[in-house]
Amino acid sequence: MDGQRVKGWEARCVEEQPPACTTACPLHLDVRAMLEKMKSGDFVAAFAVYTRAIPFPAILSHICDHPCEAQCRRAEAGGAIRIAALERACVEEAVGAVRRTAQTIRKPKRIAVVGAGLAGLTAAFDLAMKGHRVTVFEADAHPLERLVCDYAAALPSSAIEVDLGALTKLGVEVRCRSRIVGSDGPLGLDTLIATHDAALLALGPGPALDFASVIRLTDAGRIAIDPNTRATSHPKVFGGGFHGAPGEVYSPIGSVADGRRAAASIDRFLQGASLTASRADDGAAASCLYVNVAAHDPKPPVEPSAPEEGYGPAEAMAEAARCFPCRCMECVKACEYLKHYGAYPKRYVRDIYNNVGIVMGHRKANRMIDSCTLCGLCETLCPNDLSMAQVCLEARRDMVESGHMPASHHDFALREMAYSRSEVAAFARHQPGHSASAMIFFPGCQLSASSPEHVERIYAHLAGRIAGGVGLMIDCCGAPAHWAGRRDLHDEAKAQLRQTWESFGKPQIVTACSTCLKMFADFHPEMKARSLWSVIAEIGWPDGPRPAVAGPLAIHDPCSGRHATEVQRAVRDLAARLGAGVRELSGAELTTCCGFGGLASFANPELADKIVDRRIDESAADYLTYCAMCRDNFARRGKRAVHLLDLVYPATQAGDPAARPDPGFSRRRDNRARLKARLLRQLWGEDMNDPVPEIDLVVPEPVRAAMERKLILLEDVARVIAHAEATGKKLKDKATGHVLASLKVGDFTCWVEYEAAGGKFVVHRAYGHRMQVEAKP
Amino acid sequence: MTTPSNTPPAGAPDLANLVCATCDVPLEMGKVVASYLGQTFPVELPRCPRCGFVYVSEDLASGKMLKVEQALEDK
Repeated sequence: MDGQRVKGWEARCVEEQPPACTTACPLHLDVRAMLEKMKSGDFVAAFAVYTRAIPFPAILSHICDHPCEAQCRRAEAGGAIRIAALERACVEEAVGAVRRTAQTIRKPKRIAVVGAGLAGLTAAFDLAMKGHRVTVFEADAHPLERLVCDYAAALPSSAIEVDLGALTKLGVEVRCRSRIVGSDGPLGLDTLIATHDAALLALGPGPALDFASVIRLTDAGRIAIDPNTRATSHPKVFGGGFHGAPGEVYSPIGSVADGRRAAASIDRFLQGASLTASRADDGAAASCLYVNVAAHDPKPPVEPSAPEEGYGPAEAMAEAARCFPCRCMECVKACEYLKHYGAYPKRYVRDIYNNVGIVMGHRKANRMIDSCTLCGLCETLCPNDLSMAQVCLEARRDMVESGHMPASHHDFALREMAYSRSEVAAFARHQPGHSASAMIFFPGCQLSASSPEHVERIYAHLAGRIAGGVGLMIDCCGAPAHWAGRRDLHDEAKAQLRQTWESFGKPQIVTACSTCLKMFADFHPEMKARSLWSVIAEIGWPDGPRPAVAGPLAIHDPCSGRHATEVQRAVRDLAARLGAGVRELSGAELTTCCGFGGLASFANPELADKIVDRRIDESAADYLTYCAMCRDNFARRGKRAVHLLDLVYPATQAGDPAARPDPGFSRRRDNRARLKARLLRQLWGEDMNDPVPEIDLVVPEPVRAAMERKLILLEDVARVIAHAEATGKKLKDKATGHVLASLKVGDFTCWVEYEAAGGKFVVHRAYGHRMQVEAKP
Repeated sequence: MTTPSNTPPAGAPDLANLVCATCDVPLEMGKVVASYLGQTFPVELPRCPRCGFVYVSEDLASGKMLKVEQALEDK
């Protein structure tokens, strides 16, 4: 996997982006985390979050101009969270509960801060926390003189006392009535620079002409300050604070941010570091976190019972609980696979990339990579179109090519594919009596396996209605190889399909399978394959008696047809023509996989079951599908489901089509082989022996179900028994009379416990392993 | 992997009752080489003392053996 591509994928997942409240705050307060704590009543933990960002919690909780609230996404669903009021309630409940201690450093520096406003004191606080010795020089009689005047109504003197007390405890010395002047002398700027390692001029409004001899001023007579670094023309001197320039509106939180930025520059300067490289203190910005606000019901803000006192603890908890909180997680909420692994795509992409990069060691993400159904729902939901299917597929290819794909994950599915493509099941012919084909019907291996009689009937319909000859091609589109990351096998399947198609005169391909349709579109666009359903929408259903449709059906679209809107419309139209009342589930675009996609059910059967069960839980109605595999997977999990063709043709066997059981892997193989033999004999007059098993097996239902789970076929069992009976290599159980025998089937050693009874073999148990065992000579 | 677990699946054969059909002798625990993905391990498993036919119980195949197979596949 290419590292740059991986970075690109990671960047598309916005889940780790900070929410709007945090990006709007110049100090990047983690409001979401603070409110999470508050909603559970843990005010001390909430206060700890608050004080990590806010230097003066008592003061700012009273006077912060809270730009966060203007950006709060709750505003679109009932009203913005009252963050400022919550901060105040938090401080009321927990002030003093968190002690902040300064770092201890070996060589503390001496720093002078001129001006005891919010900016100057914030810089003093930050630098003192880093272990430096800070002295603040203030011309007025008290620190924060302007705040006391301008915010007299909102800011109690007790709040100032608390925060200044904490500052003093950190070792910051505040010298009032100490106006710094431009001249020499004990309070001259030159002296200050000479006796300190760095100085900050956080002066407040008004010109600073007095300092013209030491540092460069602007045309307006103010100190010339670099807006990003707060550097001045003198390397040891930095500038900050409210300048009162025309158009500049005073903001308490802005002033704190200004002091923090200057302090960060001073700290960099003292360490000899660059003032500009990789700065994170970039102030307020817009958030790129996607939030689906529409998913939340509107809720108005909690009104405090005593407005002048603010929120009490219970009210604060209720208001904090209105925070969604802002997260994306759109794909994770919708996908059982993404939910199962407990994180979100950005993390998964990193885990997968790390997994692929392991040279020696345990590759923990192998099964995770192979458990994605590759259904594409995440990409549809993602605000930035990140496709985990693409990530997992590339990882699978990488694993295959580096020899690290676990053999057991896809072995069975690839053997199934080989069977579908083999002489036993696959063939292609022109329509009987024709030497050319205008169209060729490609039912796909799942319909042939699930309900072969439908293949015969719908082929007869096509052949009867379409001029120019309709050929038949029973084969595999190569999807299993593609999903398994096996480019070699997929290329081979593609080449063979192309060869057959060309030898048939490049006819129009018509397929009954959504996956085949997608595979043709993606890998053989020149074949211009069409869906069977689109064609039938044009030529109409065959005449004849219809099976009765019981009750309304909920339509499930196959995930491979998520974006095939023309097919989706055709299917709904065709169902309506058959008189079926059809309800939507999630709608076609948001459909989910039945668990078969991406071979997930082979690599992780338990998770694949959860995926299909979640879909089943969406409606109590019988499901209508137009993918044979989806139908059989629903049936396997006990859901009543019909295929669209079940509504057209009366069942060949008595019984309710919606209750038709999943045929299982062995029957699927048998159906494919018998379909070929029957069609060749009946339509083309070619003789092919019916694939009759040489051994007459009796398999009780519990044993058959266990074999299905373990991916053991009846023909595997038959081979084991035939081999044991022919060679005598077997074990006997003296107590039960049962026989135990084993045989390698591919890389899998299959064991069968059986007994012979009246010319038949009763199978009691079948299991297997991949490890080989040999007695030492 | 050297000794089968004490809780075999329901109805599983009792090792004491198993005899090799070809040699007509009871199985005995003996040295066996297990191998997968190029890794080999010496283990003790029930086998025919004459012809060397090795018995792998369902309990072993779906338990310890499966775990080792998966661990090796993820190496």
